[in-house]
Amino acid sequence: MRFPRMAVTPDISRNVEEGRCVLKLSGNLTILRVRKVAEQLAEIDADNLVVDLSEVERMDTVGAWLVHKLERDRGASIVGATEEQRLLIEHVTQADQPMKVKREIEPALTRVLGQVGAATKVAIGTLYGLLGFFGSLLLSTGSIIRHPRRLRINAIAQQFEVVGVHALFIIGLMTFLVGIVIAQQGAVQLRQFGAEIYTINLIGRSAMKELGVLMTAIMVAGRSGSAFAAQLGSMKLSEEVDAMRTIGVSPMEALVFPRVLATVLLMPLLGFYAAIMVVIGGGIFCWLSLDIPPVTYVQRIREVVPMTDLWQTLIKAPVFGLIIAMAGCYQGMQVQGNAEDVGLRTTTAVVQGIFLVIVLDAFFAVFFTMIGWT
Amino acid sequence: MAKKTEPVIQVGGLRNSFGEQLVHDGLDLEVKRGEIFGVVGGSGTGKSVLMRSIIGLQKPDEGEITVFGESMIGRDEEEAKHVRRRWGVLFQGGALFSTLTVAENIQVPIREFYPGIDQDLQDEIAAYKISMSGLDSDAGAKYPSELSGGMRKRAGIARALALDPELLFLDEPTAGLDPIGAAAFDQLIGELRDALGLTVFLITHDLDTLYAICDRVAVLADKKVVAVGTIPELLALDHEWIQAYFKGPRGRAAATIAEREEADA
Repeated sequence: MRFPRMAVTPDISRNVEEGRCVLKLSGNLTILRVRKVAEQLAEIDADNLVVDLSEVERMDTVGAWLVHKLERDRGASIVGATEEQRLLIEHVTQADQPMKVKREIEPALTRVLGQVGAATKVAIGTLYGLLGFFGSLLLSTGSIIRHPRRLRINAIAQQFEVVGVHALFIIGLMTFLVGIVIAQQGAVQLRQFGAEIYTINLIGRSAMKELGVLMTAIMVAGRSGSAFAAQLGSMKLSEEVDAMRTIGVSPMEALVFPRVLATVLLMPLLGFYAAIMVVIGGGIFCWLSLDIPPVTYVQRIREVVPMTDLWQTLIKAPVFGLIIAMAGCYQGMQVQGNAEDVGLRTTTAVVQGIFLVIVLDAFFAVFFTMIGWT
Repeated sequence: MAKKTEPVIQVGGLRNSFGEQLVHDGLDLEVKRGEIFGVVGGSGTGKSVLMRSIIGLQKPDEGEITVFGESMIGRDEEEAKHVRRRWGVLFQGGALFSTLTVAENIQVPIREFYPGIDQDLQDEIAAYKISMSGLDSDAGAKYPSELSGGMRKRAGIARALALDPELLFLDEPTAGLDPIGAAAFDQLIGELRDALGLTVFLITHDLDTLYAICDRVAVLADKKVVAVGTIPELLALDHEWIQAYFKGPRGRAAATIAEREEADA
């Protein structure tokens, strides 16, 4: 027994008339019902089809497409279509062109090889590009030295504020906490040998030599390197950089130079400040936990930390600053196409900046040991 | 068609403001079923804001908006979905999802509203929609970043048509297209309207589009709709902006072309 049919449900009834299989569709033939209809149609395996649309109430392009497919693939003839339905089917038939909707999937081997090749190409290209970028930065530095009026004091001062002043709190807090952690971990280990007093050596020397400047470099890369890439990238997208060039302003002088200069000049200051904060954090832990009074602590620090440790920080810091700022600005200037690229380039700028800083730091460590600054 | 005069969009007493700046004040509008309804107005008269209000992207300060006879103000997302699937929207820049190919972009609304349609059929649907909107045969597999501005618009309209909507919103569809592309686009919209029985809400600056396909035109000025009607009706009005718009050098040129085409036909 069949339930009374609802008007909106398309229904298919089949009759065999004069050796032909007549499919009578009724109800709504729209995207809402298309899944069911497609399934039902697939089950019908008769040849010589006639499709009767006289009882279809509504039809959209998806319905028309199904009818067209019956016509195309199974040679069905269509009867009983209204003028509008006929137009719709005609429209869909016209649109039935060979179309490519899927990207071709490469075989795994060639895909992996291709990816490795592309990555290598990008890596070499980046190295080459960074060198070129450094060269053009030197050139514009030269031209600024020759024409000091082209130095953009305001832009530099603004970058000082953004890169330096605004970073003071977060860098201070972070390195202060690192100082406490180093002191606490050091004390636990050294206590086993009854050498707790050497915690001060550990804090003082690691802070002045490495921790202060490295922590600062990582924070500056995350805060400012990324900001440079994103700022320059979006300026590149909105064609501001091109507009600048056509007016005769060199983007290298107006955008890149102030950012690089500010970072190079501020990194030693921030690095020194960070090192002091590590020492203060460690000192507070020593005072509260190891009962070493601040006066003794400071005195010990002065005895065990040689001046050369501070020189190391002050020499490394501007170099790190240069690398971070250059990576940021370079990636920003490389942005092309769409906003997605800005995000991608920003990430690359940070990763590249931190990576290069740590690689260089290793070289510096070897170098300073060789010249006897141990 | 008997249902032709039934209003699809009704806007009454609409008021929109951004901070101090009042964009619409007491704006009324009615779009009938099956018509191509043009909206014109100078820059900054709030054409796009009007469209965003109707499709629910901009919450108006005051006023009543009904689409398909259902009020759009204060509806919750789930209820509004039923209305949303009956319209398609083309944004100015196409607004394609950049991480998906054109074909996948078209399938997004299909998957969202009608899950369970099998992938082959979805691919077929995407293919004929792409073909209908006049894109090349290899466009479906491309990402939006690989397309030109005009192709992106066509892909955008293919996505807007994915669910066979009854109502189509177009925000400056011909802006940024070359004249040949713009004329083809006008023709496409006209054809789709005839084939699918669409109602089209069209924002435009393009006088040729107005003459070529719009049944009625609304003029936005002074924070409201100052006039609605066919172009001859508007021309008869004594409004300064309307006269300057339609009788300026560009307006006259477009009118001449339209007359010539009519004579040819």
